[in-house]
Amino acid sequence: MTKTLILDEDGLRRTVNRLSHEIVEKNKGVDNVVLVGIRTRGEFLAHRIAKKIEEIEHVKIMVGVLDITLYRDDLRGRLDQPELKSSEILFDIRGKTIVLVDDVLFTGRTIRSALNAIMDLGRPAMIQLLVLVDRGHRELPIKADFVGKNVPTSRNVEVKVQMVEVDNEDSVYLIEANGKENG
Amino acid sequence: MKLQSRHLLGLEGMSKEDITLILDTAVSFKEVLDRPIKKVPPLQGKTIVNLFFENSTRTRISFELAERRLSADVVNFAASGSSVSKGETLKDTARNIEAMKIDMVVIRHAASGAPHFLTHVVRSNVINAGDGAHEHPTQALLDMMTLREKYGSLEGLRVCIVGDILHSRVARSNIFGLKTMGAEISVCGPATLIPRSIEQLGVKVYYRLEDIIPHVDALNVLRIQLERQKSGLFPSLREYHRYFGVTKERVDRAPKPITIMHPGPINRDVELSADLADGPHSVILEQVINGEAVRMSVLYLLGTSN
Repeated sequence: MTKTLILDEDGLRRTVNRLSHEIVEKNKGVDNVVLVGIRTRGEFLAHRIAKKIEEIEHVKIMVGVLDITLYRDDLRGRLDQPELKSSEILFDIRGKTIVLVDDVLFTGRTIRSALNAIMDLGRPAMIQLLVLVDRGHRELPIKADFVGKNVPTSRNVEVKVQMVEVDNEDSVYLIEANGKENG
Repeated sequence: MKLQSRHLLGLEGMSKEDITLILDTAVSFKEVLDRPIKKVPPLQGKTIVNLFFENSTRTRISFELAERRLSADVVNFAASGSSVSKGETLKDTARNIEAMKIDMVVIRHAASGAPHFLTHVVRSNVINAGDGAHEHPTQALLDMMTLREKYGSLEGLRVCIVGDILHSRVARSNIFGLKTMGAEISVCGPATLIPRSIEQLGVKVYYRLEDIIPHVDALNVLRIQLERQKSGLFPSLREYHRYFGVTKERVDRAPKPITIMHPGPINRDVELSADLADGPHSVILEQVINGEAVRMSVLYLLGTSN
């Protein structure tokens, strides 16, 4: 197993800062903008971005948390059921610009589920997508508006995002299984 | 994470982990019920039949709503006016319905063990919606969810079940589930309506409400079936009310407020006084909404596990 560091603590912080500025720039302020993080790490990422935007713009920005379990297309046929948690979006999303936040963009299936989940909560004016790492290999026509880092990968490489809120450190690693191991 | 069984027949023998998984998942579904669009897709393409051999509008509607909110297709079957009145056996009914490509069966039957029997004749997941005097697991799960919501944990909670324990599947399921979760259970009712060997289930028996009320956190008041009076198990409704009616006067003697639960439908001012049923410590309507959440949880966990 080889492990390559692609973002360390400082790198992650700088990336979050840049992404926060990009959201403000693209939306010409954040008047109508809300953040929705996809459980688990998207949630923490969204909170960090919200904090940074508050520093930049001196306004509070609302953050919601989305659990996409019920919308997964691989819910049946798995050996283990994923744990169902609640979505916590305690504001009305009608007419809002939602920035959907996730850690890694891969096949695009998670984002498809998230879009359906959001549409069941109301009709936002617009949804933009922010990801910390875009690793390619899309299986659906989905593209991110804000990308922390583009990382070309081969399919059998794992991109591991760690955040202090759950993992004791801030880092992004590429993990390559040597030999024929299948994860 | 996954339930041990692919059916829900009862809470007897169900592990603490399984009960906790059902209750935790139900909390997430309760959030879905607060949304403007109360529908999510996990059971899309699954067909569920509600086989109700005994009348129960409320449980059937609760199951049906839970099924529809999970995007399942739903077929309702009521025994009256169906092939059952023409003498068809349960086995034939079930097999015929399953031949129509059913994935899950929710069954309510007057005979204890009917759901268990079904698991041997059909391939679908079977959910017990009440069988005879045996079990009514989703009712007990919703009672536990309501108590857990209010007190944070069921460990050490003191619950007394009041009324007709002898004929009550709700009492049995509650006793099994709550015991597993670490609660202290007692029962209280007329001696004629308390089964003789009930202590073997690990519950304390009281024959006077006054003796137990000071020592409980919650009272689960069961519906008194009016037809039991005809069979001489208690003399009159008025007398039942006088000795076993849960009234404000009686409850007010407790050192702290007691949570009032009732599985419905209530005979007002027979087993439970109207002022308590509508009072600040009644969680009766909370039980109804939790019932839907718990049923969604069970249907989801069983329906997506294979």
